[in-house]
This record gives sequence, structure tokens and C-alpha cells, in this order.
Amino acid sequence: MLMYVVRRLLQAIPVFLGTTFLIYFMVFSMPGDPVLALFGDKTPNPAVLEAVRAQYNLDQPFFVQYLLYLKNLLTGNLGVTFSGQEVSEVFARAFPVTLKLVVMAVVIEFLLAVIIGLISGLRKGGIIDNTNLVVALVLSSVPPFVALFLAQYFIGIKLGWAPVTVGANATWGAMFLPALVIALTIYVTGMRLMRGSVIEAQNADYVRTASAKGLTRGRIVGVHVARNSLIPVITNTAASFGALIAGTTVTEGIFNIPGIGKVLFDAITRGENATVVTFVTILTIMYVIVNILVDLLYAVLDPRIRYV
Amino acid sequence: MTEEITVETTTTGKPAADPNAPLVEVDDLQITFKTGTGDVHAVRGVSFDIHPGETVAIVGESGSGKSTTATALIKLLAGNGRISGGSIKVEGTDITRYDESKMAAVRGGVIGYVPQDPMSNLNPVWSVGFQVREAIRANGVATGKKNIEAKAIEVLQQAGLGDAERRMKQFPHQFSGGMRQRVLIGIGLGADPKLLIADEPTSALDVTVQKVILDHLESLTREKNTAMLFITHDLGLAAERASKLIVMSKGLIVEAGPSLEILQNPQHPYTKRLIAAAPSLASRRIHSTAGLPVAEGADELDMAALAERHEDTEAAVEAAPVMISVKDLRKTYSIRRGSFKSEPLHAVDGISFDIHKGTTLALVGESGSGKSTAARLVLGLEPPSGGDITVGGQSMAKASAKQLFDLRRRMQVVFQDPYASLDPQRSIGAIIAEPLKVHKVGDRASRHARVEELLEQVALPAELAHRYPNELSGGQRQRVAIARALALKPEVVVLDEAVSALDVLVQAQILQLLADLQEELGLTYLFITHDLAVVRVVADSVAVMERGKIVEAGSTDDIFENAQQEYTQRLLDAIPGAGIEFGN
Repeated sequence: MLMYVVRRLLQAIPVFLGTTFLIYFMVFSMPGDPVLALFGDKTPNPAVLEAVRAQYNLDQPFFVQYLLYLKNLLTGNLGVTFSGQEVSEVFARAFPVTLKLVVMAVVIEFLLAVIIGLISGLRKGGIIDNTNLVVALVLSSVPPFVALFLAQYFIGIKLGWAPVTVGANATWGAMFLPALVIALTIYVTGMRLMRGSVIEAQNADYVRTASAKGLTRGRIVGVHVARNSLIPVITNTAASFGALIAGTTVTEGIFNIPGIGKVLFDAITRGENATVVTFVTILTIMYVIVNILVDLLYAVLDPRIRYV
Repeated sequence: MTEEITVETTTTGKPAADPNAPLVEVDDLQITFKTGTGDVHAVRGVSFDIHPGETVAIVGESGSGKSTTATALIKLLAGNGRISGGSIKVEGTDITRYDESKMAAVRGGVIGYVPQDPMSNLNPVWSVGFQVREAIRANGVATGKKNIEAKAIEVLQQAGLGDAERRMKQFPHQFSGGMRQRVLIGIGLGADPKLLIADEPTSALDVTVQKVILDHLESLTREKNTAMLFITHDLGLAAERASKLIVMSKGLIVEAGPSLEILQNPQHPYTKRLIAAAPSLASRRIHSTAGLPVAEGADELDMAALAERHEDTEAAVEAAPVMISVKDLRKTYSIRRGSFKSEPLHAVDGISFDIHKGTTLALVGESGSGKSTAARLVLGLEPPSGGDITVGGQSMAKASAKQLFDLRRRMQVVFQDPYASLDPQRSIGAIIAEPLKVHKVGDRASRHARVEELLEQVALPAELAHRYPNELSGGQRQRVAIARALALKPEVVVLDEAVSALDVLVQAQILQLLADLQEELGLTYLFITHDLAVVRVVADSVAVMERGKIVEAGSTDDIFENAQQEYTQRLLDAIPGAGIEFGN
């Protein structure tokens, strides 16, 4: 088990190097001079220009820039933004906001997937099941940004039930609407997994044996059908957790949430290499760790799986 | 259509308070399944009684309705099935109208159930102890955490699980098939039910394990005076274990009465056919029926008539040239233990045997004895770790890639499961023609002609070439698999448990087909099986394997009549109904 975790972490090293290199290269290749852009319409003094370039290592060739960046990263220096803030500080401020949003979305998604999937699977072919499948088809075909705009317009502006924009005060309540919309656009996969497993489990021999023991219907469903069906749903949800943290740019942009996605988007438009690469690097590491945790979780849920 | 049968029952064990009151009365039971193509009447008016302490067996082929009848007694029919008529009285009360919550009280406590397949009947994500405790708690046999735990351990120990206390925390995948079946028996008997339904409880287990489990089940039920309803396709097993026998066919009871009487003096033609087809130790080697007078109206084989044709073939066997010669064959796998260590497993540990041309060698043994690995090595599907195989004078170890490819053409295989060994996406014709295509034999037209010829050889209509595997029965599929094996006109056919998955009547037909083909085409068979009764009717010589080694080998008659090794004797003794003379 420990060996397995160590091996997985070692595997993460080439992933880390590859990702940072690719991102650094892509940001480096973006057109335009970020330093010139800083001065807007003004024509800067060449000496000042030179000094700013030197400060951010922008006068160096690409590989030197990358290696210097790696060195800083490994020594804990995540660099500064153009406005002079420590990148680590910016991240520390943005991350909890995104985490709140994603945790809320994932919890709602999980509950929707499990409850609707279970009911639908137990009553396969009934009215509830068919209605659910149609609704799921509609929800999963709407692009997330369309759903977000619609929710913002109708629930936020027309009905006034939820704040239209979140802003600096990113409370749980203020972010409930965007979290709900994210959950609704992604719960369908989990719901289908749950429904499928429930249908399969009901016909499983061990469920018939459980009935033959004289257990009540509630216990059979709860302990034997639902418990076994949860395994794929939980791992699916955990995996989507990693993807969501890195993928909140659109949501945060539309609802003006000061999380990672929004900061990252702004940094990309300004060509702030240090911020972009650092953020993406941290997200990559988190994604890798979440995936290892998902695999370990699988072993906890299913005793047949053992890692060696 | 209803058939009324009155059965005089003999009650084993102690008489109940009122010895004349049956525990279960099934009257004109009808069960219907809803399918895409309309209703299927699986059980069409079945009536029987079970008295306290009595052991009753229902025997029949798959599709006869025997399992359906049994599951109806605890109302656990598959989702699309329902009781469409008749009544089931348990201790005088009709349960057919009971709802789920009332049935929960009957299940476990009054009627216990031991299912067929120990591998799939325990929930893989809960510990064994959890699953036993749950059964005990649900039926109120014990209350309080400590008492339930103690009772669970007691139940498992009674079911023959020695170190129950330690193994309670383990999960089903850490148990062998036999151990799991003991757990299921423990669960079934945990709440001291008055009737235990055992649905083919040992058909997934090795014969020796089967015997131990059945002996145990018998002594437990006798001790507690539990009535038992046995569902089985094995006549010998039914005769040995049950006092009363019910023979079912196509949803009806065709014959019922005391077991021995039925087996020795069957009245109904179906029972007669079933008994005639069952291979037993008393049977003799099957030979081609070509030239034999066809028995009146019988499309199946009559083992007794064939036995008379048994000639002294042993001399002929010796005279034939050696087709396959295996010398000191070895196969070692390395098994992981912990993170870094691995230890060798000698699956095949230095075996040697010869098979003469046109004869059959049966390789027998329990699961894990290495018999299937040996077959894979002979077929060249896996490289051996040591030793050599010579086929028709060609050494496999010294063969070039080209020579090996040609050898493959001379050796073909038929596997156990006819449902898994045919590609469902391809037509029967394409399946049979595939080996011809692979070995670039003939053109389209000649291959087509060959397919028709092969279908005729295995007694299937030529139209079948355009059909797909799912439209065929198990027996027909196995014939297709045989036709495919014969496509390249091989000299050797390896039959890996080729008849084990088939019902007794179909099994007899396939065995006859194999015997006919052997005589007609001069085939050499390597027959891998765990079923000694089948060995008796197909093999000229036998090699018994245990833990990778051949412990005894010789002619079939010698082995069966005069086994030297204790292991062989144990395998023979474990065959159900070994000592029973079947009638005709």
C-alpha cells in the first residue's frame, strides 16, 4: 500500500515536469510583448523597459527562463505578479473561494446522482425513470455556459432569488446558484452510473440470497443494492472534483467570483507568465494527488482491490 | 394442462407432532414469465408435498422448471416471473398472496435457501461475518451484539468452517468455492428453518468437495430434523441423497415416488431416457453406433445396448502408433506474495504420457490439479518450462515457427462453455470457416462446401450456417464448436471439459457424436474432465492428476476396477450414486 503510494508519487514527477514545460512554452509563444503592454499608450523609456525585462528574466532565452523558473519554484519562490503581489499570496486568496464553489457543486452533484439514480434504477421503466432519463438528456445537452447565463438571467435578474454577481464577498450562500448549475450540468454521468449499477445489482445472485435470508426490503436496498452501486459513483465524483477545480474559469467569469479560474483568466490576458505557470502547476499537482486518492478510495470501498 | 400425481411418501427422521400434516403443500402451481415474445409458461401445474424432516429431490434438465418451482416456494422468482395459478401452503397457510414484508418472515426462519453458485451468492463488499450476522439478526434467532456474534460463529462451525472466529472478518474473495458454499449453508440453516431448499448446491464444486459438503448437509439436517428440497440435474446424486424423487420435464412432473424405485424401475419414457443417458461407473466405453440397429424411436443413445458392443480394444490400442508423446512436461508460474517476493507454482510438474492414434486419453483431476494447463501446453498455447511434446513424430520444442503453425492445424480444441467459445457477432458458417481462412485452405466456394459437409458430420442442418450462436441451444452450439475443430481435418482434438456444461441427455448425444467421429476419422482425443463417470464411457486410458503430477495411469477398466492410489479411489468414491444400480 505504502509502496503503491510512493510509486504513484514518483510517477507524478515526469507529469509535473512535462506540464510545466508545456505551459511555459505555450505562454512564452503567445504573441505580443507583455512588458510593452504594461505601459499602455505611453512610450516607455528603453532603460526602464530593460530593467523590467531583467526583473522578470524576460531578457533571457526560453530555456534559461524555464530553468530559472523551476529553480525558483523548487526553492519556494513562486514569483511576483506585474502589480507586485506575491503569486503565492494571490493563490492563497483565490483558492479557498474556488474550493468552496467546487465542494458545494460536488456535494450537490453526488446527492442528485445517488438519489435520482437509485429511485430511477429501482423503478426501471416506470414514469419516474422515463421522466428522469428525458430530463437528464436535456440537462446534459445544454452547454454549461448557456445554463449559467440562463440561470443568472432568470433566477438572478428576473426572479431576484440569488445574487447576480458574487464579487469580493464570496460566501456559501452567494455561490449556491452557480454551484447548483454546475452540479446540474455534470450529475447526469453519475446518475447513469448509479442507475445502471442498481439495475444490475437487483438481479445479482447475492441480492437474491440476501432476500432469502429474510431481510426487509429497506435493508436489502440499503445494505446490498445501494452500497455496492455506490462504488463507481463515488470514484466518478471524486475524479470530477479534480477536473472542476481546474475548470471553473467560465463559471467564475460569468458570476464574477474571485477564484482561481478568474485570476488565471486575467493572468492569461495580461501575459503574466509567472502567475499562469504557477497556477497551472499547482492545479496539476492537485489533480495528480486527487487521482491517487480516488484510486486509494476504490480499495477502501471494494475489499477485493488491493494495491501492492 | 395439469397432471395429478399421488405420491406415497416415506418420511425419514423423527415424526413431527402430526406426522400426517405436510410442511409444504404445493397444489397445481403455475408460473409464467413475461418475455419480449410473449408469456412463457415455465411451470404448468405442479403438485407435491414435503413432510417435516423429509428429503425430496427435483430432477430435470435445464428449462424443466425445477429451479423455478423451488424459488417460487420463497417467492424469489426473477423480476418478469409470477405465480399465475395454484397454491403453495406452508404449514397450512397459502403464501402465494403474501406481500414482501410477510414473505420476509417466511424466508430464512421457516424456509432456508442455499443457492447454486457460491462464487456469486455472497456480497463481495461485506465481510463474511457481517453477512452471517445479518441473517441471524433478521430472523431474531439471537439478540444483542455478543449473542449474535456467538451464534454466527456457531453456525459457521456447524457448517464445517473450522476456524470460523478468525475468518469472520475476511471477505468472500478470500475464501475458496467450497468454503463459500459452507458459509452459504451456514446462512441457510442459521435460523433453524423447517425446510431447506438447496438449489444445485454443489454443481460448481469438485466431486470430492461435493461429497464432503453433501455429507455435512445431510448430517446437519438430520440432527435438526430439517426437511430438505434438493434441486439437481444429477440422478445419482438425487438417488443417494433423497428419499423421494420428483422428475420434471417442460414444466410438468412426469414421475414421482421413492428414489430408488424410480431409478430402478422408471415408468415414464422421459425418466427412462434420462436414466439411460446418465453415465455411471457401471457404464462401458461408447463406440460408434454405425451398423447398430436403431432402437425403436430413440434419437438418443442407449448406453446399455452400446455396452454390449464393447469389444476388447486394449490390444488394438497398443498396436496403434503413438500420436502424442509427452515427456517430463513442466510448467511453472511465479505467484506474487507481498510487495517484492514471488514464489514458484509448479502447475505441471514433470508429467509423461503417450496417446496412441485413434484412441482417447482422459486426463482427470480436481480444479487446480494442472489438467487444463497440460492441455494448453499440448496445444502449444503456452510455452512449457521444461520437457517436450511430440505430435506425430514432430517435436514441439525443436519446431520452427512455421512447423508450429502447421502443427496447430493438426491439433484442434473444443472448450467447455459453448456460450462463451463462439463469437456472437458472426454467423455459424463464418465461425466454422474461420480456421480454413486462417490456414488459407481452399477458395470461397470450396470453404462453403466444407462448412456444409461439417454441419452434416455433426448432425446439424445446413441452413444453420446463416444463423447466429444466440439462436442455438447449448447442445447445438457445442456441435458447432466440434465442427469448427474438425474443419482443418485435424488428427488430434483436445476436449477441455467439452461436455461438462451440458445436460445429461445432450451430453450423451455429444459423447456419441464424438465416438462416431473418432471411428470415422481416426481421431485421437485428449479428454480433460473432472467427471469420472464420463471418463468411463469415453476413454481408453486414464491419467489421474494431482497437484501437477500424474499419480496413476492405466487403461480405463484397470483404473475403475482396481485403482491403486488412495487419491484415485477418493475421486471414484465421491461420484454421486456410485453404488446404485440404475434400471432401464
